[in-house]
Amino acid sequence: MGWISPRTLNRLGMLNMNRRNVDYIARYNERSSYPLVDNKLKTKLAVAEYGVRTPRLLQVVRQQHEISGFRQMAEDLGGFAIKPAKGSGGKGITVITGRDNDEYVKASGSRIPASSLERHLTNILAGLYSLAGTPDVAIVESLVESVPTLARYSFQGVPDIRIVVFRGYPVMAMLRLATKASDGKANLHQGAVGVGLDIGTGQSLNAVQFNKPITLHPDTGLALENIEIEAWGEMLEMAARCYESTGLGYMGVDLVVDAHEGPLLLELNARPGLAIQMANGRGLLPRLRTIERLKRPHFTPQERANYAMEVFASL
Amino acid sequence: MTPRSRLPFYIAVFLLIAAGISLAIWRHIELGIPWLSGEQRPVWMIEARVDFDANSGAVLASLNVPENPPGFRILSEQAASPGYGFSIIEKNGSRRAEWTKRNVSGRQTLYFKTQFIPDDSAIDRQPTPEPKARKIFWEEPQATAVREVLAQAEERSSTPESMTRELIRFMQPDTRTQNTTLLVSEENYLDLLVDMLNHSGIPARTADGLKLEDARRRQSLMPFLQIFNGEQWLTFDPNTAEQGVPESLLLWRQGSASLLDVVGGDNSEVSFSMLRQTVPALQLATMEFDSNGLGFLSFYELPIEEQSMFRMLLLLPLGALMVAFMRIVIGIRTSGTFMPVLIAVAFVQTTLVPGLIAFLSVVSIGLMMRGYLSSLNLLLVSRISALIILVIFITAGLSIIGYQMGFNTGMTVTFFPMVIIAWTIERMSILWEEEGAHEVLIQGAGSMFVAICAYLLMSAPLAGHLTFNFPELHLVILGLILLMGQYTGYKLSELKRFTPMKAYD
Repeated sequence: MGWISPRTLNRLGMLNMNRRNVDYIARYNERSSYPLVDNKLKTKLAVAEYGVRTPRLLQVVRQQHEISGFRQMAEDLGGFAIKPAKGSGGKGITVITGRDNDEYVKASGSRIPASSLERHLTNILAGLYSLAGTPDVAIVESLVESVPTLARYSFQGVPDIRIVVFRGYPVMAMLRLATKASDGKANLHQGAVGVGLDIGTGQSLNAVQFNKPITLHPDTGLALENIEIEAWGEMLEMAARCYESTGLGYMGVDLVVDAHEGPLLLELNARPGLAIQMANGRGLLPRLRTIERLKRPHFTPQERANYAMEVFASL
Repeated sequence: MTPRSRLPFYIAVFLLIAAGISLAIWRHIELGIPWLSGEQRPVWMIEARVDFDANSGAVLASLNVPENPPGFRILSEQAASPGYGFSIIEKNGSRRAEWTKRNVSGRQTLYFKTQFIPDDSAIDRQPTPEPKARKIFWEEPQATAVREVLAQAEERSSTPESMTRELIRFMQPDTRTQNTTLLVSEENYLDLLVDMLNHSGIPARTADGLKLEDARRRQSLMPFLQIFNGEQWLTFDPNTAEQGVPESLLLWRQGSASLLDVVGGDNSEVSFSMLRQTVPALQLATMEFDSNGLGFLSFYELPIEEQSMFRMLLLLPLGALMVAFMRIVIGIRTSGTFMPVLIAVAFVQTTLVPGLIAFLSVVSIGLMMRGYLSSLNLLLVSRISALIILVIFITAGLSIIGYQMGFNTGMTVTFFPMVIIAWTIERMSILWEEEGAHEVLIQGAGSMFVAICAYLLMSAPLAGHLTFNFPELHLVILGLILLMGQYTGYKLSELKRFTPMKAYD
């Protein structure tokens, strides 16, 4: 595979881990805003004020004794997702698509008994998936039903769109498709496919899996070249709006497109990964520096999204 | 939000590093703490032996002992004399060792041992009050002879030094004139010289020196002449007029009238034995801490138990530096940020190979047991607690089995921090469930690699020596870690990770 020289990386404007942490996360992200994005429950409430929609909240399990109530509630549901409020990197998220007698059917198709779900809830409450091991709450959300145009590319799981938002401007985006290797999760380091999206049009650019370029989805076998995201401008504006609600200068916004409700915010990330650059075949630095150089930033999310679509398509 | 200027930060880091290095250099020069652990320094051990016959009564023996001999520093002093009261007293600007005893009879032997370090930087203190020339009264016909000899010498000289040299030359047997023959006799030569110099207005005195040769016994002192030139006492060889203290000559007596006084005894004599020893430079430095009052800067003042604890603690920054470097610059993933350092600390106590075997076996047995625990549906806290207890069982079991099989190294398992091991097992197990065995291997191997690197760094004898004896060097480590905290360049691992980007260049 070989090595790439630092000079080449510089020329490509590749943002690296250390620079991201020192020059962007540490400088533009207020520490006090972190709980807002590290806790999905708080995120939901915060963005709702700014008109950003999220999957419907079904139940919040805060105490061990409330777990029995969960079983009653789950009786009537078809599909739902259990998430630790403070989980990171998709850890601890269990997606249930349906029921088979007494057992629940996971997104992967495997069946698990109710007791296993309850143990999972217990683990979440104890803080197994939370960042610092602190006690957590579990949230139960309605299942997102992805639009078929996107869903067919993904192996199980819901494809989501990661948009890096810098000071309110969407700077880079990618579509994340679950694979067999990623166990239905849309996390790149677990083996999901990342498809870079042209910020100007929402059209796919390149695709990577495990940091290596690919052209076909490894499981569905579909070509990843001509994917186009609908209502692209609306999604960018939605991502830009998250800046107002959290105040985080540098963050990753994860969106899904629901078949019935349109674009929904899944979660926010104060430390978005760097793989998005590989999926796009572009470095983040030229775009980030363009925004840093802006003398008069735009005030409305709409303006910022438009600016990004105009300027960044060519950067 | 404009980016802050980083200049103050860099200046602060520079100051930290400069302070650490300069403090270390200062302590090296001033206290003689060696840079390397094995350095040796010569030390002269000199033993003065005093013999006398006691007159069946109270005895007071008083021996002049050196004080600031030029070219040497006193390291230690010690008297050996059973039954005698002993003390060192300062009297009229000279130091005397005094032995006392109420009822003594027969032949007596007293010892006084001193250790000297050759030190060229040891300087004479300015004598206070300034010495004055004694008034000497001469009888005729000596008075005339003295006057004439002095007048001759004075004529051919300009300074007290040259005056002394000329005078000595006049008094030598081969240049003797009538005048000098009248004055000089075998025994009084040196005293006569001193008297004549004092008469001419130059403060002068006698001194005794000891020629240092390894493993000599029963040596006696050699007489020397000293004059005061207005600034300091200068030493002359009374026979050759050579100025200055010869190398490897220790001036035992300066400025004191007598070498040995014994009250209540006869036939007293002093003889000297000497031995050249080599002492580790570090030991020398620590012995001197006590005497020069700079010991408060050193960990050697602490009780031994605390010292060994600090030895360990002071190694930790090196481990932290290694972890920072590996993670920030190289980009190795580890399980738990500082777990490798704690494991490395345990390795320092167990040595590498037994430690590695013990650690890996504890973790792998623990992982197997954790597999059963996870099926019990326990709360996190009690699962970790149970794991801690299991880890203790495992270590105890390994120790006992190892001991029964004849491996004492089995006992070293107990050096590992149990709680850290329990957490490591827990994290590894979760990682296994969520990310698969591949990630466990990567992070586990990364942790082990960093731990071994940290161990190699921390167990180097030089590292232990420098961190313990120059604690200020930790400021340098702190500075380096702060600098690394500002490193925004690419990690080595990223050069590999981003390789596919070549296609877009």
